[in-house]
Amino acid sequence: MGVRGTGTGDAYDVAIIGAGVCGANIARRLSAYELDVVLLDKELDVSFGVSKANSGIVHGGFHHSRNCLKTVLEIRGAAMFDRLKAELGFPFERCGIVVVALHEDEMRVIEQLYLQGVGNGAIGLEMCSRERMLELEPKLSPEALGGLYAPCGGIVEPYRFVFSLVESAQKNGVRLCTGWKVSSAKREGDLWRLGSEDGRILSARYAVNCAGLYADEVSKIFGAEDFEVRGRKGEYYLLDRLARAVPSRVVFPVPSELSKGMLVVPTVEGTALIGPTASAVEDKEDASTTMSALESILMSARSMIPSVSEADVITSFAGIRPTVGDDFYIDLSSKAPALVQVAGIQSPGLTASPAIGEYVKDLLKKAGLRLVERPDWDPYIEDVPRARSLDPFGLDEAVGKDPRYGDIVCRCEGVSEAEIVAAIRRGHTTLDGIKYFTRAQMGRCQGGFCTYRIIKILMRETGMSYGEITKRGAGSEALRGEL
Amino acid sequence: MAAALELDARGKSVAIVEREASLGGILEQCVHAGFGLIHFKEELTGPEFAERFEGRVASSRIEVFCGCTVLGLEPDGEGHALTSASSSLGVLGFKARAVVLAMGCRERNRGNVRIPGSRPAGVYTAGLAQRLVNIDGYVPGKEVVVVGSGDIGLIMARRMSWIGCKVRAVVEILPYPSGLARNIVQCLEDFSIPLYLSHLTTRIYGDRRVEGIEVAPIENGALMAHKSFAIPCDTVLLSVGLVPENELSRGAGVELNPMTNGPWTDSYLMTGVPGVFACGNVLHVHDLVDYAVEEATRAGRFAARWLDGSRPERELRVKAGANVRYIAPAKVEPGRDNKLYLRSMIVKNDAALELRLDGEPLKSYKKAHVQPSEMLTATLGPEDLSGAKPGSVLEIGIA
Repeated sequence: MGVRGTGTGDAYDVAIIGAGVCGANIARRLSAYELDVVLLDKELDVSFGVSKANSGIVHGGFHHSRNCLKTVLEIRGAAMFDRLKAELGFPFERCGIVVVALHEDEMRVIEQLYLQGVGNGAIGLEMCSRERMLELEPKLSPEALGGLYAPCGGIVEPYRFVFSLVESAQKNGVRLCTGWKVSSAKREGDLWRLGSEDGRILSARYAVNCAGLYADEVSKIFGAEDFEVRGRKGEYYLLDRLARAVPSRVVFPVPSELSKGMLVVPTVEGTALIGPTASAVEDKEDASTTMSALESILMSARSMIPSVSEADVITSFAGIRPTVGDDFYIDLSSKAPALVQVAGIQSPGLTASPAIGEYVKDLLKKAGLRLVERPDWDPYIEDVPRARSLDPFGLDEAVGKDPRYGDIVCRCEGVSEAEIVAAIRRGHTTLDGIKYFTRAQMGRCQGGFCTYRIIKILMRETGMSYGEITKRGAGSEALRGEL
Repeated sequence: MAAALELDARGKSVAIVEREASLGGILEQCVHAGFGLIHFKEELTGPEFAERFEGRVASSRIEVFCGCTVLGLEPDGEGHALTSASSSLGVLGFKARAVVLAMGCRERNRGNVRIPGSRPAGVYTAGLAQRLVNIDGYVPGKEVVVVGSGDIGLIMARRMSWIGCKVRAVVEILPYPSGLARNIVQCLEDFSIPLYLSHLTTRIYGDRRVEGIEVAPIENGALMAHKSFAIPCDTVLLSVGLVPENELSRGAGVELNPMTNGPWTDSYLMTGVPGVFACGNVLHVHDLVDYAVEEATRAGRFAARWLDGSRPERELRVKAGANVRYIAPAKVEPGRDNKLYLRSMIVKNDAALELRLDGEPLKSYKKAHVQPSEMLTATLGPEDLSGAKPGSVLEIGIA
């Protein structure tokens, strides 16, 4: 077993490949034990893959049958969010989920969902009349016939969730290596020797493959199972926080065989998301939006909430969900020793992710990893006060301690310079990383007024030159010259 | 500044609360000439134009709070309370009997016009690019396509050419340019930059950095997808319109006109919230700063009168008639001269501005040429409106 904090060089007990929501949960869970853990990601920041672009929902446990691993983990994971929020302070709210039936035959599906959810052990599910639905969500279309209410369902800011998990893991000794793309894995004795694309090397006794869309490629590198991760694209629109259509609960349509359908989601931070579509894509990097999909999203959203207006659209984006068959694929590899596969984590992956952390910890134990609890494990991380959520007295006090709280850099989302600096000090040194941590550039002007200020703060705080400022890592340089 | 100076000149105590570190707003980054032709009768750059006002503010009794962001505006007894934050003063409250809103506008962005495609680096609003080039001294990209033919986009097409970048095209969805005619000549024709009218930007492509855009012509109102073509570039600058920035106003309960996205005002330029006035681009988007200054001066004058207890007598409603997008303000007072700004919905030569009072023709002005991008003005005096009765409606149309 490695010795903590003494710089045992590059030998670890566990190497986790992929710093998305699964890798982050696994890393934080393992940080509670006397282990040397390294978390690797090919991107410059964490949560830059699948985890950054999804609906941000903690699901209600009624969408899938209990025979699926994903349902078991969904139910367990959903129950873990309150404690995680108390420890880590990321934006999360149990606002409740409603599923709206617009036709008589959809009410039959609602009943099936209700029975399925109750069977799964979901708490507090309710079949609702039209009146009850409109009381729960007054913005619903008057054409709603009834529906299902899941009071425990909630919303979470997915990247903030990952950021805080990784911060907590790092605080407890996990090493994070970004820009580390695994290109080779060789078994030497009881160690995996991993090589990166740019020639770096480290070794670990155990490895966890949670490489999202690229879990199939990583599996091949390890000589493990041969499977294919297929991408399914979901496109979204983001609506202004002042839009009339921002609901108070997550609004689902009745699901189809293929997907949970297109939703209207209030975000924890007060804006609203509409989407996603679900279409198979060949190119896993093809997170482009299309005109036709965006039209269908608007139509679907309006059928449930008629006040959805294209005039309130701030931006659109797409995310690619990784699928391997219909269920999650989480297991010890039967081909490669000491390797855990965490693949095909599509919806409800975000909800299930804390339980995936537990589950993978148990799989590693089963494979022989000794787990000794650390007496000094600290589950809490330092909260960064947000100017927008302070009352005038609180903000005045914050400015007294740090004058940069008085400098509002992003007017649309009310983000102060102090928060930008806090993001940079936590290692978020790309424009997107700062956006996800602070919300600056995420509001109605989409960075039109604040991007130049963020670039300057970034250069001042890090000593980077203008040419090193990127949107999301190498190749996405923001500026191309100096006068 | 113009409204504050007018209030100061009329003996009122005034404070300017400004979020930027210096006064002048967006003029500071508009280093090109063309400002002040009407107001100062000479051609100035943006910073020069602002500087003249800054000098006058400095020698007035106006108190200036820069770097101070107003977070909220709410009623407070007979007046209004503003909450602001700054790094030097912390949270600072202001109490005022009257408030003049002059927050300007923001640029519409990619999401607002829903351009599909990937989300690479290199997509900027023209105003952000202008800031980066003119103040910070950085080049956002080398091969540029400007989407939208608004004035800032045209100005930036010229600016990017001057700093050695290649501007491949300006793409406009409408059959006519959105910017001023003088900018089409001076910024595009003089630099041989192609202008694609009636072309829709259907896609932005490129993985990490922009690699190009796809555009398709619109013929007789239909998108000709099969005639689409790609324009390679590493930078897309968006100049697709401006929106008055009224989030503070909305928070204060000010009702907005959906045609302008600015507040509804009476003939005193007072919004629906008594004592709160609006002028400049926060009221409606102007083409020229000279007009904004003219309007702001009037807002200052009306606010001063209002503070002295004067109220508009017997106002007439002004209605946008045929081919008119909007008229600001939406009310006139028959007993004095009223200046109105209006925007055409059509492009036409030998047009006429037709005024009707309660449906009866009142007056007609000849206009050699009208187009949406050129704001029109009309002045109505007591002699024009002598026939107005209580409840009369004035309608202005373009024929």
